[in-house]
Amino acid sequence: MVGRAPRKGDVVIRGAARTVDERTHAAPFGLKALRYLFPEHWTFLLGEVALYTFIVLIATGTYLALFFHPSTAQVVYHGSYAPLDGMRMTEAYRSTVHLSLDVRAGLLMRQTHHWAADVFVAAIAIHLMRIVFTGAFRKPRELTYYVGLTILTLALLEGYLGYSLVDDLLSGMGLAIGYAVALSIPFVGANIGQLIWGGPFPGTPDFWSRMYIAHVFLLPLLIATLIALHLTLVASLHHTQFGGGRRTERRLVGLPAFPSQVPRSLGLMFAVFAALFLLGGLVEINPIWLWGPYHVGDGTNGAQPDWYLGWLIGALRLMPAFDVTVLDYTVIPNPFWGGVLFPGIVFGTLFAWPSIERRVSGDRARHNLLDRPRDVRWRTATATAFLSWLFLIFLAGSADRAYVLFGWSYETQLQVYRVLVFVLPPTVFWLTLKVCDELRRNEEVVRNRHEAETEARAAAHRT
Amino acid sequence: MTGPRSSRRAELAVAALLGLAAVCAAGFVAVYALDSIGHQTQLLGLTLGAAFACLAAAFIAGRRLVAGEDAEDEYGGPAPEAADEIGALVEESATGIERRRLLAGAGAAAGAAIGAALLAPVVSLGPVFDLASMARTPWRRGRRLVDETGAPVAASAVRADEFLTAYPEGANPEEIGSPIILIRLDPATLRLPASRRSWAPQGILAYSKICTHAGCAIALYRAPLFQPVEQPPGLVCPCHYSTFDPATGGTVVFGPAGRALPQLPLRIDRAGNLRAGGTFSGPVGPSWWGVRRGRATS
Amino acid sequence: MLAACALLGAWTASAARAAGGAQTTPVAQGAELYAENCQSCHGIGGTGKPEPGPVNGVGDVNGFGPSLAGVGALAADFYLRTGYMPLRSPTVQPRRSTPEFSPAEIRALTAYVASLAQGPAIPSPDPSQGSVSEGMTLFTENCAGCHQAAAAGGYVPDAVAPPLGSSSPLDIAEAVRIGPNLMPRFSPERLTDAQLNSLIAYIRTAQSPDDRGGLALGHVGPVPEGLVAWLVAGVVLVGVCITIARRPA
Repeated sequence: MVGRAPRKGDVVIRGAARTVDERTHAAPFGLKALRYLFPEHWTFLLGEVALYTFIVLIATGTYLALFFHPSTAQVVYHGSYAPLDGMRMTEAYRSTVHLSLDVRAGLLMRQTHHWAADVFVAAIAIHLMRIVFTGAFRKPRELTYYVGLTILTLALLEGYLGYSLVDDLLSGMGLAIGYAVALSIPFVGANIGQLIWGGPFPGTPDFWSRMYIAHVFLLPLLIATLIALHLTLVASLHHTQFGGGRRTERRLVGLPAFPSQVPRSLGLMFAVFAALFLLGGLVEINPIWLWGPYHVGDGTNGAQPDWYLGWLIGALRLMPAFDVTVLDYTVIPNPFWGGVLFPGIVFGTLFAWPSIERRVSGDRARHNLLDRPRDVRWRTATATAFLSWLFLIFLAGSADRAYVLFGWSYETQLQVYRVLVFVLPPTVFWLTLKVCDELRRNEEVVRNRHEAETEARAAAHRT
Repeated sequence: MTGPRSSRRAELAVAALLGLAAVCAAGFVAVYALDSIGHQTQLLGLTLGAAFACLAAAFIAGRRLVAGEDAEDEYGGPAPEAADEIGALVEESATGIERRRLLAGAGAAAGAAIGAALLAPVVSLGPVFDLASMARTPWRRGRRLVDETGAPVAASAVRADEFLTAYPEGANPEEIGSPIILIRLDPATLRLPASRRSWAPQGILAYSKICTHAGCAIALYRAPLFQPVEQPPGLVCPCHYSTFDPATGGTVVFGPAGRALPQLPLRIDRAGNLRAGGTFSGPVGPSWWGVRRGRATS
Repeated sequence: MLAACALLGAWTASAARAAGGAQTTPVAQGAELYAENCQSCHGIGGTGKPEPGPVNGVGDVNGFGPSLAGVGALAADFYLRTGYMPLRSPTVQPRRSTPEFSPAEIRALTAYVASLAQGPAIPSPDPSQGSVSEGMTLFTENCAGCHQAAAAGGYVPDAVAPPLGSSSPLDIAEAVRIGPNLMPRFSPERLTDAQLNSLIAYIRTAQSPDDRGGLALGHVGPVPEGLVAWLVAGVVLVGVCITIARRPA
């Protein structure tokens, strides 16, 4: 800085930068990176929440992998937890119980890892909502959007495999359902099931090796690569920004990566770490020693998958009882509708959204400025209606607990939900349109009043 | 921009927060080392979480100490000239080639074949083309029923309003074809299909314990105490509440299952123990494409 | 209507008791209580009423209910102590509630029911003799399907399998032998007294489980966990984002 004597620290830093540049020739790139501009709005930090959660997943997951045995060998438990003593279980389950109850800090790491998985998908979902409602997926960022959606899809699978590796009663039941869903795919379902499981459920010991390698190596590698691609695309195209002030389609106004964005991002990163470790230590999650090991002949009431797959349970339970059959042949088994078609529609719609919008609105221009949701009423209404449909089906999966807690008849709830899934989304669509219109009308009123007052003041000055 | 006084206050706050973070982190190590401290997981999470939280607060509180001004830049755009140059570069390199279509076709064939070759070993993962094992169960005619401990199940052990889980003697209990539920109903209340009249000696019924909807174990037996006001006997799956009526051969009466629960014929041997009288009435477990509603193969 | 009549019956019964009934033996006292409170559904002399309809001389109450002959002191003690009985309406699932009768009245009614026919006596479970691990295995195999792996209760079409958080060893021992409402029963041949002790020992631990992982969210699994992920972590982290981006005034 001009007019100030260089402090000792400055000299050291400058020396370090020179040393590195001499050996990498990276200073021009480094300068460009440090000058990269970030938009200020808080919604642009949501993607970073997911990124930092992923870092916690990798770190805690590595620790867990140092203790977990991915083996289906049958053992008898004689460890420190009395209720399990003498029980037959797999080595996978036993090693996880051991890690949870006998390894110092083991339970903290395991619970933090599991909380991070739940929060990872939630963070992506919130980030995705921001992307959709503001139109950030439009040209030229469709590829970024597809990459992000792929990360979301893989995250669901990764989480499912992760909690299924433990082989506790709840996740074992979940694997059986996964097997049934695979089987329900017409034509090739049984072949796919046999391929993945190595035979009929519960499959061969090889199946556990496959889950393990997919969960600790293949999928993390894939997800990390896609995240790197996603971030590269974002930076290459530059972030979008909301309009207003000096911001235009051509002019980008924001905070430089260094020194402005760095403390913001670092602060957020440590806040994410803090939230996850606090949850991991203070709030119990997946207490597998209470559930016991999985056996093919055992079942528990109220078994649910983790939330990011729980939205499918509602669909599976709502479907009326029918296998599509032709004479004696089963053509489409029942779980297909809730387990394959429903998520297929949801993800298919999400992937197709940019194309659908392009066709409907006819807008093929490049966009660097974001929409305010209220200004694109039909997109906001469609997205809100879609979310309400999804959430309703999610809620339907809790009808049995609602019966236990509140006494509402299960059958009546099912019937109500079956009607609502058709009635609620159009209603929400219409309501959202009205809300957007109302908000914009209010703004216009305020704007008109402001203009009138300014004019009146100017007129008063003139006289 | 902040003034000098508030900026010095912010500096002190940042320093204090960083110091607090250090204390919390030290606390984590102390809790970790002292195993005698109770509530280990909670204290470990609290100290580590607090350390990170202080660090976060330090950066957030101090962000304006180092912040620069808003800056402006231009959005780049696509570079069609460079893209065209790439296209031209590729075209130029191919000017010497005459039989383009032949080479392209041959290249595509090679690529597809090598791709298929590399994928082929995936088939070793499982019996992809042989689905016969899916319809096989360990149950055979004459196979004895045993409980979890391996002891034979006597017919007299199955009483009204009770239920038992049984397995085929000598077989792996962890196959989905193995576990069955045993109940006893009043023979006068049975309405089994004609071909199964002899399957339930003394009204003892055996059904596969694996739900035909999504493969969970049917762990609920609904046994009414006073029939006139309560639901009839039913075998219920806890996953999606498919309910099967044991009196009519396992037909679906509630829930999403699309196929009846397979029934196992029973007979009572000379020692009074239960034995299978054959194989199940249909394939066990969740349905798949083409699964027939007929008999399971042995 | 039924509720009003039952209430009226109870009120007149307690009025009669207050007036100092001259009954001496518990069985006789129980018989009188039975006639006033139970007969309209369980029939004269506990023979049961398989169809709804009025009982002679008990006004126009249309109760119906099972026979009590042979259920023994065990069943009577269970239903009365837990408040499952008297039932306001025969078609409603019995639920745990404050017992309507005093312990002395319960003893009298129990003695009367036991006198109807030979039946099981009140058990004396001793969970300290049981093995918790055997109990957990038995519970998982036989009970978790309805009552949930951690005894948090569950849904059975078309009833509730209650959570077992406040069940005493005697409650459990009796319920297992009876199989109330839609619950299957487990006779001493099916589940020996020793196994029952183990089962109860396990349920006692499930009532205050090992929650060293922290705040237990009801022991029902991933649904409350997902809620916490969204409503605690989600809200906090969104709040942090908003705080970071805030401009000074």
